[in-house]
Amino acid sequence: MTYLIQGDTGDWEVVIGLEVHAQVSSEAKLFSGSPTAFGAEPNTQVSLVDAAMPGMLPVINKFCVEQAVKTGLGLQAAINLHSVFERKNYFYADLPQGYQISQYQHPIVGEGTVILDMPDGTSREIGIERLHMEQDAGKSMHDQDPKRSFIDLNRAGVCLMEIVSKPDLRSPEEAGVFVRKLRSILRYLGTCDGNMEQGSMRADVNVSVRHPGETEYRTRAEIKNVNSVRFIMQAIEVEAARQVETWEAGDEVVQETRLFDPDRAETRSMRAKEFAHDYRYFPDPDLLPVDLDQAFVDGIAAALPELPDAKKERFIADFGLSAYDAGVLVADRETAAFFENVAEGRDAKQAANWLTTNLFGALNAAGKDIAESPVSAAQLGELLDLMADATISGRIAKDVFEEMFETSKDPGAIVEEKGLKQITDTGAIEAAVDQVINDNPGQADEVRGGNDKAIGWFVGQVMKATQGKANPQMVNQLLRDKLKG
Amino acid sequence: MAKLNDLTLAEARDGLAAGDFSAVELAEDCIAAMEAARDLNLFITETPEIARERAAQSDARRAAGGAHGAMDGIPIAVKDLFCTEGVLTTAASHILDGFHPPYESTVSQNLIDAGAVMLGKTNLDEFAMGSANMTSYYGPVKNPWVGAAGEDLVPGGSSGGSVAAVAANVCPGSTGTDTGGSIRQPASLCGVVGLKPTYGRCSRWGIVAFASSLDQAGPFARTVRDSAIMLKAMAGHDPKDSTSAPVEVPDFEAAITGDVKGLRVGIPKEYTLDGMPAEIQALWDRGAEWLKQQGAEIVPVSLPHTKYALPAYYIVAPAEASSNLARYDGVRYGLRVDGDSLDEMYENTRGAGFGAEVRRRVMIGTYVLSAGYYDAYYVKAQQVRTKILNEFKQTFADVDVLLTPTAPNAAFPIGAKMDDPVAMYLNDIFTVPANMAGLPGISVPAGLDADGLPLGLQIVAKPFDEETMFRAADALERAAEFTAKPKYLGGQGG
Amino acid sequence: MALDRDDVRKIAFLARIKVPDAELAPLADELNGIIGWVEQLSEVDTDGVEPMTSVTEMTLKSRDDAVSDAGYPDRVVRNAPDRAGDFYAVPKVVE
Ligand SMILES: [Mg+2]
Ligand SMILES: [Zn+2]
Repeated sequence: MTYLIQGDTGDWEVVIGLEVHAQVSSEAKLFSGSPTAFGAEPNTQVSLVDAAMPGMLPVINKFCVEQAVKTGLGLQAAINLHSVFERKNYFYADLPQGYQISQYQHPIVGEGTVILDMPDGTSREIGIERLHMEQDAGKSMHDQDPKRSFIDLNRAGVCLMEIVSKPDLRSPEEAGVFVRKLRSILRYLGTCDGNMEQGSMRADVNVSVRHPGETEYRTRAEIKNVNSVRFIMQAIEVEAARQVETWEAGDEVVQETRLFDPDRAETRSMRAKEFAHDYRYFPDPDLLPVDLDQAFVDGIAAALPELPDAKKERFIADFGLSAYDAGVLVADRETAAFFENVAEGRDAKQAANWLTTNLFGALNAAGKDIAESPVSAAQLGELLDLMADATISGRIAKDVFEEMFETSKDPGAIVEEKGLKQITDTGAIEAAVDQVINDNPGQADEVRGGNDKAIGWFVGQVMKATQGKANPQMVNQLLRDKLKG
Repeated sequence: MAKLNDLTLAEARDGLAAGDFSAVELAEDCIAAMEAARDLNLFITETPEIARERAAQSDARRAAGGAHGAMDGIPIAVKDLFCTEGVLTTAASHILDGFHPPYESTVSQNLIDAGAVMLGKTNLDEFAMGSANMTSYYGPVKNPWVGAAGEDLVPGGSSGGSVAAVAANVCPGSTGTDTGGSIRQPASLCGVVGLKPTYGRCSRWGIVAFASSLDQAGPFARTVRDSAIMLKAMAGHDPKDSTSAPVEVPDFEAAITGDVKGLRVGIPKEYTLDGMPAEIQALWDRGAEWLKQQGAEIVPVSLPHTKYALPAYYIVAPAEASSNLARYDGVRYGLRVDGDSLDEMYENTRGAGFGAEVRRRVMIGTYVLSAGYYDAYYVKAQQVRTKILNEFKQTFADVDVLLTPTAPNAAFPIGAKMDDPVAMYLNDIFTVPANMAGLPGISVPAGLDADGLPLGLQIVAKPFDEETMFRAADALERAAEFTAKPKYLGGQGG
Repeated sequence: MALDRDDVRKIAFLARIKVPDAELAPLADELNGIIGWVEQLSEVDTDGVEPMTSVTEMTLKSRDDAVSDAGYPDRVVRNAPDRAGDFYAVPKVVE
């Protein structure tokens, strides 16, 4: 499924690389003891270190180092036992030190891989170039005052992992799937909450275009700080189109940073900010290199949770799920755990169906995620059990589920309360069948005359007469015996 | 009776312990001396109220039988590079106008905890960049010693106010910082003892940073013993400084045994400079002889990369400084000079806030780190630094300490050497190598030049072996019998 | 390589230090004097020598992930030349 842009001079393919900034889920900042929680009052989560007061010094949070290593392992990447924090020097209002402590020449994580499962059933392997740790900047607010910008340093110093992909992505869709997959892996690992609305994950998107078959990359533009999957995809689309237009007009695409404006669906040059950048990286003399021992890395590797790819394989192998269903169920760690709870000792395919159709449908409609589900895994399991032992029919089960979703009651209680127990008493069903046949002689003759389809109509009538409680198999059998026997 | 401010730190300690006088009386004499010495421009901020309050607290502790030890009740001056809670801290720069830190540096806090009594914040070269205390926004410091023709002399730098306060008997001790010699060189020029401990011995937390990989705090005092007492109070591991060493602080005073028999003293031949005054060479030779007479062994050694320490320093230190000083941007504290845009505000603030020498070094540092030059300058300098360190390591496999001159000249007139930066940088030629290798070094007053101005000798020791450094320094001090006094004592000039 | 006025102008902008035009040339001379002098380092053979990262033989110390600081916006903004409530204020930035 190749994504190509048709231009006047032929087709163009898009080359995309992403730099995803993922906030480490830590209590305290990377180099100071101040908190990281979202949404606090201005400058309340700022220590003297974060505010870059004279003489303040960084001391590293070891939990953050562990999370970076853990993430590296989850990306099947090489862990560098020796890494170095460097200063990236530039002036900006929300950068109090006048430099960002980051890793440059020696990042903590090297090359790795992410597998993408595309909706059309194909899969793509995307290279990870590196992962490095760095400090987040503060926040500038430009719309509070006509003449001034306001600075809040609450975010300043929060630990980010910058995960850099290779330029292996070839369509907006792939980029979207990549970000979702990365988010899924981070959430499985617990190293980042992946909350894009709160800025816990955001991406710089590098885009260039070229004619298929060209071996060199053309000049790329970097679209800064895009904060949703939808915007990432849109930004790529409009930027690629812009570049194709530029080349085809005989102009050159220039290497620059650009800003995506979702309201106008366009990218804009940030050239003013770009002017004369020279980051003057050098090792931070307030810190020593990070030297890890292999045993430390091995310990983290040993404690790694099962990740989505492995879980998917297992769901296919152990539960006989389709690749598609397995993919949907493992995308989110909590969903996968929910599913496993329901499927354990039951019909796994049925469990998968109930989850992906009924539960997801209801959750979607209610705007809730799985963690907020009013129906617990144990309750959904019980509902499947009630179907399995023929206490209720599948038809009734749907009603019971609706009630469960509304009230969070156990299915057994609902069935009991509302008298929904399936009628399996042959005498009672037979009476209902006879009644319906007697009331509808014309239709009965049709069936006798060979119209098998009409049996379905009779089943419906009997079910209606028994408020859906009759066992449908028994109804079917009795109708056949009486009309065709 | 002599004024109490004339006492050495050990004498003051003993007098306080014996109840001969109170900390308040001691502080009052020092405050009077501080006020009398205002012509020397030693202090940027005097804090007599703080001194009186802490002295009274010290007396109360002592009366209750809970004195904190040797430093309790001892008046000191604090270089205005140490952030002091609620007290103006300037780094002698216009750019820190009005800055009152909401925190106390670890070293000055350690001194408070030990009971020391702060008299005020002393003048220095702006951001500690200078070797003559000529770059302060608050004006030059005068050396209490005067030239043969009565001319005003520099005290050396950058810790000019701190060194001169001790030389002029304003107080028995003071704090300094030493990035390339800023304690030892002025100590030599003012006839006092000044030392830089091993890198990592004193916390850098709360000291306005100049060059992070080189900066170390240390004391000034009038005797080796006093220096040992004061360093003990300043030093110690600090979890807030990633480069502070997690090692015990020994009883440095106890290391002064008077015994240097068998001590192997290296004399590095490369410290003999062309054009160095003959009297400095003679003093150096005499120093070796003094140690030899006390049983030490004199060992000629070679440190061939010594001559590259200074140029390498003038890449590394400005590079780090250019980045460390980026935080002075007019946003969170200090001076702001408005501009129409953020960048203009930065440029105006930093253009007006930094003096000529700071501006020069920040620009050199910016240049050597910039794209295309980083490897040729910065990486090269750090490689040279590795070679220097390795050379010291090899040499210290064979000797216990090194003996060198502290500075290539005595104090010079205020205003001299100012037009050629490189000529000024040469002041630190003998002190910079110890910073580049993180080694402890001490300057001990050892004699006078033909104009009657003090000259120091330097002992450099192995990392974290300040004890041997003190032992050798004490042997030098006893042999030198340096008793000359500057013209201005307690501000009372002749 | 000697710095000229334009080089100095660029460096000054990188360092965000306003240097009046008249001072560019003399400053270039001063900087060239210093750079010319440090260039003697090129005499030193540094092939295969690791650049120094730390003078002392220490390993990086670290902290536990615990909140131990902050919650004092007044101390943070108290010294600011311009502020709006507990925000720092700067000349408006146009992005
Ligand atoms: Mg980026
Ligand atoms: Zn980044």
